[in-house]
Amino acid sequence: MTRTEQADIAGVLGRYEADILAEWLRIQQSALRTHRVDETELRGQAREFLSLLRTAAGTGNVEDISTREWEDVRRLLEDISRARARQGFTPSQTAMFVFSLKEPFFRHLRHEYRADVERVGAATWAATVMLDRLGLFTTEVHQNGREEVIARQQQEMLELSTPVVALWEGILALPLIGTLDSARTQVVMESLLQRIVDTGASIAIIDITGVPTVDTLVAQHLLKTVAAARLMGADCIISGIRPQIAQTIVHLGVELQDVLTKATLADAFAVALRRSGLSVQKAEKGRGPAGSGAARGDQV
Amino acid sequence: MPNAKHEAVPIVSHDDIVKVRQRVRDWAVALGFSLVDQTKLVTAASELARNTLVYGQGGTVLVEAVSNDSRQGLRLTFEDHGPGIPDVQLAMKDGFTTGTGLGLGLSGARRLSHEFEICSTPGKGTRVVIVRWK
Amino acid sequence: MERIPILKMGDSLLVTIQVDMHDRLAMTLQEDLTTRIVQHRARGVLIDISSLEVVDSFMGRMLANIAAMSRVLDAQTVVVGMRPAVAITLVELGLSLHGVRTALNVEKGMQLIGHDRREDDTGAEREA
Repeated sequence: MTRTEQADIAGVLGRYEADILAEWLRIQQSALRTHRVDETELRGQAREFLSLLRTAAGTGNVEDISTREWEDVRRLLEDISRARARQGFTPSQTAMFVFSLKEPFFRHLRHEYRADVERVGAATWAATVMLDRLGLFTTEVHQNGREEVIARQQQEMLELSTPVVALWEGILALPLIGTLDSARTQVVMESLLQRIVDTGASIAIIDITGVPTVDTLVAQHLLKTVAAARLMGADCIISGIRPQIAQTIVHLGVELQDVLTKATLADAFAVALRRSGLSVQKAEKGRGPAGSGAARGDQV
Repeated sequence: MPNAKHEAVPIVSHDDIVKVRQRVRDWAVALGFSLVDQTKLVTAASELARNTLVYGQGGTVLVEAVSNDSRQGLRLTFEDHGPGIPDVQLAMKDGFTTGTGLGLGLSGARRLSHEFEICSTPGKGTRVVIVRWK
Repeated sequence: MERIPILKMGDSLLVTIQVDMHDRLAMTLQEDLTTRIVQHRARGVLIDISSLEVVDSFMGRMLANIAAMSRVLDAQTVVVGMRPAVAITLVELGLSLHGVRTALNVEKGMQLIGHDRREDDTGAEREA
C-alpha cells in the first residue's frame, strides 16, 4: 500500500465528511429496525467515528489497526460495541455500524477520482480492508461483552438457587438440591460461611438429601467447608447421606473422621437443638400458652 | 489501579513484607479476583516474602499481570541472592512435619497457587514463581 | 514503638488486632500478653481477628504460641471473628491451628471461656 491510498482515504473523509455522515446515518436508521438506538446518540457516535477515522487514516497506516495511532478508534468502537451488546443487539447488527459506512464512502471515492480507474480501485481496496478489520474488531469486543453478561448471570443464578435457611436462632440449614459441580459447590460453601458470620450461627446443617451423586472433588469441598466453619468457631453437621453416596465416599477413601453426619435433616436438627441447650416440649392438653389463657378471661 | 503491567517491590525489611501484602492485594483487586482468591494470593505472597527476607537475606518480588488464551492471572516472582536451599524436595516435604518456616512457607504457597516453580542453587540464591488464574 | 492495646474484661484479656502487623509487632504482642496474663491473673484471653484480611503461617504460629503459653499460665485462649475468606485459605494452606479454640465473636468467646472454666473447676467430680 502506498501513501497515495492513505492520503486519498483521509482526504475524501475530510472533504465530504458532512455528506458521508448524513448518508451513513440514513442507511443505519433503516437497518436498525428491531431495536432502536437513540438518534442523538447514534449521530454523536457516527460523527466521532468519522473524525477519529480520518485522523487515524491520516497518520499513514491503514493496514494495521492494532497500532497506537488507532487506539482512539478502537476505544470508541469498544464502547459502542459493549453498549450495543448490553442492549441486546447481535454481533452482526453491531458490525453493521462500520460496514454500512462503505456504501457512501466508496461512492465518494469513486466520484472524486473518477478520472483514474486504477486510483479508484487501489483506494477502494485499501479502504475496504481497513473497514473490514474494524468491523471484525467490533464483533470480537461484542462477543467478549456478551460473555461477561452470561458469566454474571450464571453467578447470580448460582447464588439464587442455594438459599441458606435459618432453622432456629443460631442454627442454619443449607439444603442442597441437584447435581453439584466444583464451581457451584465453592460458591455455595462460601455463601454459607458468610451467612454463619452474618447471623452468628454456631451450627450449620448441610443437607445433601437432594443430591444424587457426589464425586471426590465435591466431597473435598464439603469437608473443606466444614473445616473452615470450625476454624471460624461454628460446627457443621452433614445430613441426608444416602446409601449410594455413603458407598461412594468410602470407596473414594474420603476421610470423614471427625465430621458429624446424620441420616436425616430432622435428626441433625435435633442434635443441633441439644447442642444449643434447647429442647422442644409438647404443650399440655387443655392449657394453651400464657397468652391464650388471658384471652379466655379466666386468668389474669 | 496499576497502569503498568508489572511492578517490582524490594524485600529488605520486615515492613516490606507488609508492603508486599498490600501491593499484591491492590493488583489482585485491580485484576478482578474474587475475595477468596485475593486472600490466597496475598497469603502465598506473605509466605514467600518472609522466606526471601529471613532465609534469602533480602531480595525482590516482581508482580506481573499475565494472560493465557482467555484467562487473566497474576504472577509473582520472588528472587534472592542468599544461601540457596540445598535440598528443595526435602525442605518442602519436611515443611509440615518439622514446622520450620521455610518449608512451611514454600509448601503453603504451592497449595495456594495454580502454578508453582522453584529454582535454587546453594551459594547463589533462590527464585520462586507462583501464578494464580482468575 | 507501637503496641497492640490489651484490654481487661472481667478476669479476661481482650486483644483486638486491627492492623496488618509486621512480624516484630506480633512478637511484642506475645510478650505483652504473657506479662499481662500473669500481672492480672487473667483466666481468659480473647483475640479478636475480625479485622484481619490475611492470616499466614507466621500469624498462625503466633496464635498457637499464645494459646500454648496461656495454657501454661492457666488461662484459656479463644480466637474470635475469623473471616470466611481467611478460614477457607487456612484450610487450603493446611494450617490446623491445633490447640487454638475459636468462636464467632467476643460474646461467644466469653461464653466458651466461662464454660471451660466451669468444666475445669468441676473436672474432678465429673470424671466418669
